[in-house]
Amino acid sequence: MPVEIALGCVAVLLAAAVAGVFVARSPLATPMIYGVSLLACLAGLQAALVQSLDPASMPAVVLPLGLPWQGAHFRLDSLSAFFLGVVDLGGAAASFYGLGYGRHETAPERVLPFFPAFLAGMNLVVMADDAYSFLLSWEFMSLSSWALVMAHHKERDNARAGLIYLIMASFGTLSLLLAFGLLAGPDGAYTFTAMRAGSHGQEIAAIVLALVLLGAGSKAGLVPLHVWLPLAHPAAPSHVSALMSGVMTKVAVYGFIRIVFDLLGPPGWWSGMTVLTLGALTAVLGVLYALMEHDLKRLLAYHTVENIGIIFIGLGLALAFRANGMGWAAALALTAALFHVFNHSLFKSLLFFGAGAVLSQTGERDMEHLGGLIHRMPMTALAFLVGCVAISALPPLNGFVSEWLTFQAILLGPDLPQWGLKVAIPAAGGLLALSAALAAACFVKAFGITFLGRPRGTRAAQAEETDPFSLAAQFALALLCLIAGILPGFVIDSLAPVAQALVQGRMPAQTVLPWLSIVPIAAGRSSYNGLLVFLFIAASAGIAAFAIHRLASRALRRAPAWDCGFPDPSPVTQYTAGSFAQPIRRVFGTFVFRARDHVSMPPPGDSRAASFSVDLRDLAWDWIYQPIGVAVGLAADRLNRLQFLTIRRYLSLVFFVLVGLLLVLAVWL
Amino acid sequence: MALILNLAVQGTQMALVLLLAPLLTGFIRKVKARLLRRQGPPLLQVYRELWRLLRKDAVMAEGASWLFRVAPYMIFAATWVAAALVPTFATGLLFSWSADLIAIVALIGSARFFLALAGLDVGTSFGGIGSSREVMIASLAEPAMIMIVFSLALIAGSTQLSTVAGYMLSADVGLKVSLALGLVALVMVAIAENSRIPIDNPATHLELTMVHEAMVLEYSGRHLAMIELAGSLKLLLYVSLIGCIFTPWGLAPAGAGPAAYALGALAYLGKLAIGGFLLALFETSIAKMRVFRVPEFLGAALMLGLLGLLILFVTRSL
Repeated sequence: MPVEIALGCVAVLLAAAVAGVFVARSPLATPMIYGVSLLACLAGLQAALVQSLDPASMPAVVLPLGLPWQGAHFRLDSLSAFFLGVVDLGGAAASFYGLGYGRHETAPERVLPFFPAFLAGMNLVVMADDAYSFLLSWEFMSLSSWALVMAHHKERDNARAGLIYLIMASFGTLSLLLAFGLLAGPDGAYTFTAMRAGSHGQEIAAIVLALVLLGAGSKAGLVPLHVWLPLAHPAAPSHVSALMSGVMTKVAVYGFIRIVFDLLGPPGWWSGMTVLTLGALTAVLGVLYALMEHDLKRLLAYHTVENIGIIFIGLGLALAFRANGMGWAAALALTAALFHVFNHSLFKSLLFFGAGAVLSQTGERDMEHLGGLIHRMPMTALAFLVGCVAISALPPLNGFVSEWLTFQAILLGPDLPQWGLKVAIPAAGGLLALSAALAAACFVKAFGITFLGRPRGTRAAQAEETDPFSLAAQFALALLCLIAGILPGFVIDSLAPVAQALVQGRMPAQTVLPWLSIVPIAAGRSSYNGLLVFLFIAASAGIAAFAIHRLASRALRRAPAWDCGFPDPSPVTQYTAGSFAQPIRRVFGTFVFRARDHVSMPPPGDSRAASFSVDLRDLAWDWIYQPIGVAVGLAADRLNRLQFLTIRRYLSLVFFVLVGLLLVLAVWL
Repeated sequence: MALILNLAVQGTQMALVLLLAPLLTGFIRKVKARLLRRQGPPLLQVYRELWRLLRKDAVMAEGASWLFRVAPYMIFAATWVAAALVPTFATGLLFSWSADLIAIVALIGSARFFLALAGLDVGTSFGGIGSSREVMIASLAEPAMIMIVFSLALIAGSTQLSTVAGYMLSADVGLKVSLALGLVALVMVAIAENSRIPIDNPATHLELTMVHEAMVLEYSGRHLAMIELAGSLKLLLYVSLIGCIFTPWGLAPAGAGPAAYALGALAYLGKLAIGGFLLALFETSIAKMRVFRVPEFLGAALMLGLLGLLILFVTRSL
């Protein structure tokens, strides 16, 4: 029954999308469309919960759509149900936020039809049970999100972002198409059931892994395929940015897990090593990019890249453990990765909602023009702060738990026999620790420069608190971050069936433990109790504050800032986003980004203003995309000549190509 | 009954770290002064300063927000909880399993997160310079610390401090290269984390060189007292951490009687005295380094930690 309900929700969403085309200009359209999306997502969430309570059943449906006589297969197993829950939770939060945020929309007719369509696409991808439906839904999801990226296409850089996104999305789908082609084999078995039953050689498995890393990895944002992500995600309206960063990247992770863990059969250890290395590089580079960024939404988008890296570190470890028959260790690593999927969908949506509230109230995304918003928007600031603490992996919130589980999985690494893994796993552990520390630095910057200090611009000085719908959506997600952080055992236990199905192993049951601790391996080895840590911190802080106010002093005076005796009234003397990141830019940036500072200081007596600029290179562009672009341009110029041949030459060209192809066939077979 | 006893022991540990922390800071100041042939402040001076600060009015800058008032208590609470989780005189306390070494490192990270935010809150240039340098130092010190934690966890087969300390007491530790590398790296990290010379000078008010003091420049009264106390607690935490891992002698095992606890407490006081003396000796014999030499110092700690970890990974199968 759950799969029918979920498909019904998709139908409702699609109907809302069609309705959106016709009613978008009416004032009632915004509450109507977002309201319908909210209800559909809640129903879908409920279906996912029902399904995950009964993991043994795998309801499937064949709809008479798609390819003739084949039908479209849809199925909900434990993995699909988990991701359906992530998609619909994020979708419900974004729809609720949209009820308030959507009122500020200048061009609702460009957003309202595509928003439910985008949600429907993501819902369909996680339920699809054959290659055709999967690819069709995947492309539908890509195109509807592209339309949303282009919603404000007249703003600077948005059209370029849309173009790059379109190219990368088509390239990704092409890679997935080829991967499915290889999985289907010569018989063309295109349902997932048939692919699961087929066996694949090592070479085929390696090529499929590479294609999936290109296809799903480009959608998720693995370095160096991430270049479109920080351009496209911030260009969309903020609740769509939240969906793209918080949810769509998770659908890409789902695609990767579905193909590599489920359809491809038992992995070789090298697949774990590849995924692990890519994940570790992605994590560190993503957070370094984020630290260099001054645009609040783009900073969040770059930070998504980091979190995808953390998720892929977990997935790589799971593959490596599984290849060596360590099912329980693989279950731990996979659970850590999926827990992080859930956590990231919560706090990244929350942070994008906060950034959206800042954007709608001040019209600014550039942190250099913000500041002091904690006074003008105290509630948004509080929710954003919770998101920052959670994403920086600080206890007692949820981000810490999933990173802690990943660390525990890394500590099982020495038991693996392969030398490559023995070197790669500690290195990945070091990079993961580095990225966690840098993430905290990054969010001190994001929160500190945006919300603290003094306003750096008039619009930041005159901001007002955002609307109640947006606030409620933010606080709901903040509360979920806290609950998942202090009661992680429930999340881990609900992930057990997924791990059981994919890696044939499971973690010990957590919710039966005393005091609601979590013990991933054995009690003597490691344990963590978020609830107690939270209670201890709350109690210590409360007791200290109470005792001091009661016994010592509670008087408070306001005075001008001290600043070592020389306070400057001008807000430009504050630290900016750029100056805050300068020490880290100097330590890491000179190597990773080829960062160069240019200072021009006129000599004494010259009245010109001094100037300072920083030059950062993106090596992914310089080394990969730039050469590809140049090569495509050159090839196009050369091939251009083919457009101006005589008919004789065209005929001979066709003839020689035909002969050539026949020769190739003759040699091949 | 056993539960009440365990609770009492746990409570004793929490009170003990809170009471001893200022004493350790005072002791180090005294030793440093004596090494410089000065008389130095009395041992209990830090308590007096704290009490004085607690009774004064708090003066808050005009642009400060609610975060500025809340942060000192958050910093204090996170540091106190972390310090109370490190075994001091006994292992296997009632709540010692609620957070392992990784969580303790992360709790210190939480305290630092709020301190760095508090530095940015008023919007002065000194607060910003302090926060920005603090996160740069932390971004290298924290991974180095995690590498050390990994090495210890692999040697002892656990990330629980009580188990690690118990393992270090047992005979099968032996001499290990990774342990030596870990000790050197841990000392380097501890110096950086506690803003001691040569990274930062706790006694400085020379503006351009300070990191920690720059962040707390706007604080006064009870808020400053909380932050100072948290600083002392953090120093105590690192000394107890090094003590319980590398010199676990005298630690009372879980459920031992009062005699063992008393012996453990005596041994703990001895360790604190030795640790404090060594720190003072080190600080008086070295000069502070420039801020941009700090990454090299911490990079060395990170590399030592990683090297120790790699050795453990690679030698596991041999």
